[in-house]
Amino acid sequence: MNLLAARNQPTLEDFGHDVWWIVLIKIVGIFAVLVLMTLFAIVFERKVVARMQQRIGPNRVGPRGYLQSLADGLKLAFKEDIMPALADRPVYFLAPVIATIPAFLAFSVIPLGPSVSIFGHRTPLQLTDAPIGVLIVLACSAMGVYGIVLGGWASGSTYPLLGSLRSAAQMVSYEIAMGLSIVPVFLYAGTLSTSTIVAAQADGSRLSFFGAGFTGPSWYAVLLPVSFVIYAVAVVGETNRAPFDLPEAESELVGGFHTEYSSLKFALFFLAEYVNMVTVSALAATLFLGGWRAPWPISIWDGANTGWWPLLWFFAKVVMALFVFIWLRGTLPRLRYDQFMRFGWKVLVPTALVWILVVATLRTVSREAELDGGEIAVFVGVPVALILLAGLLVASRISNRTTRIAAANAAAGSTNPTEPEPEVLPAVGPRRRPDGGTGPAGGFPVPPMDLKVPPSPRLRSREPVAAGGLVGTGRRTSATTPEQDGDV
Amino acid sequence: MTALAAAADGAVQIGTGEAVVFWILGPIAVLGALGMVFSRNAVHSALFLVNTMLALGVFYVVQEAPFLGAVQIIVYTGAIMILFLFVLMLVGRDSSDSVVETLRGQRVAATVLGVGFAGLVGAGIARATEGTAVRGLDAVQGAEGNIPAIARLLFTRYLLAFEVTSALLITAAVGAMVLAHTEREAGSRQSQKELSRARFLTAEHPQTLPGPGVYARANSIAAPGRLPDGSPSPLSFATGVEPQDVDELPPARSLGVERAGLPHSGGTDAALGTLGGATTGPTPGSGQEPPR
Repeated sequence: MNLLAARNQPTLEDFGHDVWWIVLIKIVGIFAVLVLMTLFAIVFERKVVARMQQRIGPNRVGPRGYLQSLADGLKLAFKEDIMPALADRPVYFLAPVIATIPAFLAFSVIPLGPSVSIFGHRTPLQLTDAPIGVLIVLACSAMGVYGIVLGGWASGSTYPLLGSLRSAAQMVSYEIAMGLSIVPVFLYAGTLSTSTIVAAQADGSRLSFFGAGFTGPSWYAVLLPVSFVIYAVAVVGETNRAPFDLPEAESELVGGFHTEYSSLKFALFFLAEYVNMVTVSALAATLFLGGWRAPWPISIWDGANTGWWPLLWFFAKVVMALFVFIWLRGTLPRLRYDQFMRFGWKVLVPTALVWILVVATLRTVSREAELDGGEIAVFVGVPVALILLAGLLVASRISNRTTRIAAANAAAGSTNPTEPEPEVLPAVGPRRRPDGGTGPAGGFPVPPMDLKVPPSPRLRSREPVAAGGLVGTGRRTSATTPEQDGDV
Repeated sequence: MTALAAAADGAVQIGTGEAVVFWILGPIAVLGALGMVFSRNAVHSALFLVNTMLALGVFYVVQEAPFLGAVQIIVYTGAIMILFLFVLMLVGRDSSDSVVETLRGQRVAATVLGVGFAGLVGAGIARATEGTAVRGLDAVQGAEGNIPAIARLLFTRYLLAFEVTSALLITAAVGAMVLAHTEREAGSRQSQKELSRARFLTAEHPQTLPGPGVYARANSIAAPGRLPDGSPSPLSFATGVEPQDVDELPPARSLGVERAGLPHSGGTDAALGTLGGATTGPTPGSGQEPPR
C-alpha cells in the first residue's frame, strides 16, 4: 500500500509538465467546481440556517429547492446596474473584479487528489504547485482585500466607506493571525508546498503505548490543535463571515461595503465571498485535515487513496468545514468592533506566537534527542493540553463564582422571590370588536389569550392533525404528498 | 530546462516565456509608476503603485525567487499599501492635489532632480554590473531551493543585519504606540457592564426615550410622539429643538374644516397607509388601534 501511495502521491517535480489541453481542462474544472460550490454553499447555508431556526428554507425552485441559488443568480444578472452619481467610475467598476479574481486564483494550488490518468496522461489533480504553495493563497487573500476596500471607497457614500475601513483593518489584522497559525504546519511538514504538506500527513508515527503498538494521528489538526483553532477563528474574520461580519453589518451599516452595488457587480462580490469561504475551507482540509486522504476508518481500505476516490473525501471535508461556517452564523451574535479587534490582536496573535515558539522548541528537542515528533505530541502535548484545559475550566469557574451563586440563590427563591406576576393588564378574553376581529385590550396590542399554537409541520407525519394543514408551511396538504415530509 | 542547461556552462539564457513576461509586464510596471506620479487623485496614485508592485512581484517569481515574489505581494501590496489606502480614505475622497504651485519652480526642480537621480542610480548600477557573468539564482542557491537558501543566509551570514532591522521595526512600532497612547487612570472609564448597571439603578428610563411614535402625525422631529391616549409624550421632545407646533395631519375621525383641503380622497389614514380605511381607522384617545 505504501508503494502504491508513493506512486500516487505527486511531488513538486510532477508539476509543470502537463500538456496545454490538460492545463486547460484543469482550469475550467476548477472554475466550474468553484462556481458550483458557490451555488451549493448558498442554498446549503439557507437550508441549514432554516433548519436551525425551525423554518423550512427554500423549497420552491427545482428538486427540493436546490436550484434556488441558481435562480437568484440569474435574477441578479438581469437586475438594473446602478452607477451612483458620486461614484469613482473606474475604481467602482474594478473593485468587484479585483475581489473575484484572486478568490478564484487561490484555488489553483489546492490539491484535490492524487495523480490520476486523464485521457492517458498521468497528472496530479491539482492545477499547479510551487515551493511557496501556501503563500500563493495568502497573497491572493491579501489582494482580495483591495476589492472590498476599493468597492467601499469608490461608492462615494458613507456606509460603504465605513464598511471598507472596517474591512481593511479587520482583514489585515486577521491575516496576520492566519499566517502565524500555519507557520507550525510548515515547521512540521518542512515545506510550503500544498501537495507535500498533504503527503506529510499520510502516515502517523508508530507509537508503542505500554507495549501495544498503534499508529498515531497524522492530521495536523490533532498534532497542532492550537494552530487549527487559531486558523479556524482567523479565517472567519478573514472571510467576513458572521460573527465577524462587521464590514457588512446589516444593523449598523445597511449592507456595508457593497451597499451601493447592484446587478452583476454585486453578484461578483457575493461570488467572491463564497469562493473565499470554499478556498479557506479547502486550505483547512489541506493543511490540517489530511487533504484528499481518506479519514481513518475508510483509509483501512487500500483503494481509498487511489484513483478518483480522494475527490470524494476532499469535498466531504470541505462541505464539513462549510457547515461549521454556517453553524457559526446560525449560533453566534455579531461582535462589537473593538472587542473583535482586541480579540484578534491581544489573544490570537500572541497565542499564535507563543505556540510557534513551543512547536519550534519541541522540534529542536526531538531532533537533538532523536525522538519522533508524533511521540512528543502524544506523550507531552496531550497531557499538557489536558492540564491547560483543566486549568482554564477551573479559572472560568472561579471567575464566574459570584454569578453562579447568585443564580443558584435566585433559583432557590432567596433573592428575587418569584411571586405571581402583578396584574397590570386585565386578563382579557377574546374581546369581540364590532368588525369581528380580536381587538387589543385597553388600547395595547396583546396576543389573543386563547391562542392555539399550530402543531409543527414536522410532527405531522407522526400525528396527523387536520387543522395543521392550513398553517403556512408552503405545502398544500400533508395527506396527498406524504413523501415530501422529510425534504425540508 | 534551458535555464538549467545554460547555467551549467556559466551563462544564463533568458527563456522565451521569461522574455514574454518581461516585455508585457515591464511596460505595465513603468506605466503604473508614471501613473502614480501624474495621477491627481491620491487613491488612484496608490492603485497605480499597487499595480507596479504586483508586476515587480511577478518579476521576482519569474527570476527564480518565488519566495521574494510572494512576500512582495503579501507584505507590500497586501499590508503596507492597504494601510496607505486606509489613511487616504480617512483623509477623504475629494482631497485631490491642488494645481496651484506654492513654491515657484517647484515642479521643474522636482522633475530635473528626479530624472537626474534616476539617471545617476541607473548609470551607477549599469556600470557596476557591466561585464559581470550572470549565473542565475538557481545556480547560486543550489539544489535545496529558494526558501531554504534564503533562510540559511538570513540566519547565518546576515543574522546581525536581520536582527537589527527587526529591532528597528519594533522600536518604530513601540514609538508610534507611545505617541498615540493616551494615559488613562485605571477604573476611570466605566465598562459597558458598569454603565448598564448604573443606568438601570439610577435613571428613570433605562430604555431609549420614545421617538415620534406610531401615533405621530407629522414627519418633523419637532412633532412629539403620542401616548396611546393621543396626548404628546414629553419624553419624546427632541433635545436642541424648540418645542413648537408643527402642522400635523388631523386625526382620522375628525370632520369638517381641517380636512377640506387635503388632496387624498380616502382621508388622512389612506395617506398614512393604515389598513382599516376611513370607517375603522384609529382615533387617538379612543383606545382602538387598527390591526397591524
